[in-house]
Amino acid sequence: MTISIDPQKTSNESLQPKGWLRYFSFSLDHKVIGIQYLVCGFLFYLIGGTLASAIRIELASPMSDFMPRDVYNQVLTLHGTIMIFLWIVPVVNGAFGNYLIPFYVGARDMAFPRLNAVAFWLIPPSGLMLVASYFVEGAAQAGWTAYPPLSITTPQSGQIIWILSVLLLGGSSIFGGINFIATIIKLRRPGLKLMQLPMYCWAMLGTSLLVVLSTPVLAGTLILLSFDIIAHTGFFNPVLGGNVVVYQHLFWFYSHPAVYIMVLPAFGLVSEILPVHARKPLFGYTTMVFSIMGIVVLGLVVWAHHMFTSGTPPWMRLFFTIATAFIAVPTGIKFFNWVATLWGGKISINSAMLFSCGFIINFVFGGITGVALAQVPFDIHVHDTYFVVAHFHYIVYGGTVFIIFSSIYHWFPKVTGKMLNEKLGILHFFITFIGFNLCFAPQHWLGLNGMPRRVAEYDPQFQLVNQISSLGALLMAISTIPFLINVFLSVRNGKDAGDNPWNALTPEWLTSSPPPVENWEGEAPLVEEPYGYGKEISEQK
Amino acid sequence: MLNKNVYLILIISLVFALSFWIGLNVNLLPAEASINAPIYDELFKILFIIGLIIFIGMTIAVIYSLFKFRKRNDQIGDGIALEGNLSLEIVWTIIPSIIVLFIGLYSYNIYDRMGGMKELNHNHEMMSSNTEKIWAGISQTSDSEIAINNLSIEVSAMQFAFLFNYPKGNFISGELHVPVNQKVSMKMESKDVIHAFWVPEFRIKQDIIPGQPTILNFTPTKAGKYPIICAELCGPYHGGMRASIIVEEESDYNEWFNKNKKPELNL
Repeated sequence: MTISIDPQKTSNESLQPKGWLRYFSFSLDHKVIGIQYLVCGFLFYLIGGTLASAIRIELASPMSDFMPRDVYNQVLTLHGTIMIFLWIVPVVNGAFGNYLIPFYVGARDMAFPRLNAVAFWLIPPSGLMLVASYFVEGAAQAGWTAYPPLSITTPQSGQIIWILSVLLLGGSSIFGGINFIATIIKLRRPGLKLMQLPMYCWAMLGTSLLVVLSTPVLAGTLILLSFDIIAHTGFFNPVLGGNVVVYQHLFWFYSHPAVYIMVLPAFGLVSEILPVHARKPLFGYTTMVFSIMGIVVLGLVVWAHHMFTSGTPPWMRLFFTIATAFIAVPTGIKFFNWVATLWGGKISINSAMLFSCGFIINFVFGGITGVALAQVPFDIHVHDTYFVVAHFHYIVYGGTVFIIFSSIYHWFPKVTGKMLNEKLGILHFFITFIGFNLCFAPQHWLGLNGMPRRVAEYDPQFQLVNQISSLGALLMAISTIPFLINVFLSVRNGKDAGDNPWNALTPEWLTSSPPPVENWEGEAPLVEEPYGYGKEISEQK
Repeated sequence: MLNKNVYLILIISLVFALSFWIGLNVNLLPAEASINAPIYDELFKILFIIGLIIFIGMTIAVIYSLFKFRKRNDQIGDGIALEGNLSLEIVWTIIPSIIVLFIGLYSYNIYDRMGGMKELNHNHEMMSSNTEKIWAGISQTSDSEIAINNLSIEVSAMQFAFLFNYPKGNFISGELHVPVNQKVSMKMESKDVIHAFWVPEFRIKQDIIPGQPTILNFTPTKAGKYPIICAELCGPYHGGMRASIIVEEESDYNEWFNKNKKPELNL
């Protein structure tokens, strides 16, 4: 049943570069690919963050005075596209998935190492192409949703490059999804049962199912949209008898599951981090697994809640209200279980723990506004306003990005063999947490009181609250400085981490730091209780 | 043990009291100017209070755990090996399910009272032919009334303006004038890209879509001038795509209407 793939036996082994040059090569090592994903994603995060800063500078005053209006629309389109397709999706799936999944299933690499390398190397060129489209005729300016007819009538080259880039990124995502499913199902070491896998494996299995089921729909939709733009077909062009609402259904059939593609892996990562630093088993393993699968199934049938004010009939609006609201149940179970994991532990208050707890608080807030937004009558007032902007930033930034940072603090010792500086890490957490909440909490009020999203100008009575929000954005920008200093200092001069600085029980810690190419010197260990804290086996470590 | 439970009950009652106090006293919404607005605000208050209870409760639980169960300097070893508690997990599956079901049914009731569940295709006087299908919108008129008393207006949206056609007066206006307490029935269509019609004080919004007419019915209840905002990205000047709705007394409205009215053309 299990196939062991040994990267040492690849034919061109002697040609593979060593040292840091590995990261610029077509390496087949899942650990190298994981780091490639992470660093590449972080560079795009800096670009996307710069664009976000530009948006907040523009919105510091009610007039459209910082940049031309069409450039503003290009900036918000690129900001959304980069943050979703080039930072969050590749990092929570590609980076951590590639690094951790082979360890967790007891394999020496992913099931398809070459496909894995191809999946990564599709990302830098498509990302650069997307950014470069600004210099051609202007980048896409119809928002990351690219609703026709606007996307058909704005300058073509930017929109076409956007479509091409998203198609390549979607392809990369599908390759990754297939690889994760195959690895988790087929490469488990003998004796390791599915219900003994660390929770991140379950999260990635669910996520990858969503990726494989829904991304092809987006790809098909964007190809039809590109036909409308280049070949003047009429799928979505009302002038030629097309239907613009059909595009929205197809787009959200992918893009709502995309939210779970961004948060489910984060749910998995936080389930790895909390038990280690709380020194307690993960509370309710089985219900956690069923919750993930429940979210996967429900996540596929809620897409039209993005279209409550669009061309949707009353019965449809009602069905999607109920389906969406019910996602709160499995999601709620997970949050209660995490708090129960903390309860009665011996919690080390460190950067990884603080970012994870910040995630719980932010995500609960975003989840509550999410249940409210699921209600048609509530949504009809706040749809397409800053309330929605605030809500989804609480989910994807306050949720997922907090977990990305938490994970970096948690796994940095494994990847580099060095510890990150805790003081700088805690400083990073507090600036990020305060900046984030200062930036996005006031936006709820803006939306409720009449400020639509995606505008470069607004009524003067909203100026003060917008300036508070921009101040928060400034803090968020500043918060990356201690983080970057920390990473660069610690890589060079950090305290030696040893193999297992956190005394963790999951398999990636049962090898050297950094791990050898084959992951373990000898046989892969059989970890039957990845969360057996407080039991005898943890005493022997 | 008894002492512990007393504290727990005390904290829970405090969270409830605080949430109700904030929910009932903090107003985050703009003025109410249509019959929809008070209905919406009722739903908002309920969701706000439930949300506050959950958010404050969870935040207290997390911060309390961090303090109470933090590792002291001299401590080694692990916490208790508690892997789950089935009855507790069943409790926090069932209670959220009941809350979500309650919210769902309640918001159905609210949506119905707003007119959202009304049939869209039989109540519009403006319907040019019976074959044209209206896909979406909010209608406050029941079938029996057949909308005879409604003020009918045709809205067309384009980059970057709204135009309001008053068919009875045979004129087009850039400003929407309506009499207070009068049911208004709008049929909306876009000439180019997707726009949206939003009046925050009325708590209503509906996309205006090219090729698919939508309808929006409302009854203003308070005289005044309110902004009409385009809420769907429609191009570079999207942020400036605004119009005004002027809700005025019947006599003022009639005066404005008669001033703008044009004689019917005999074709």
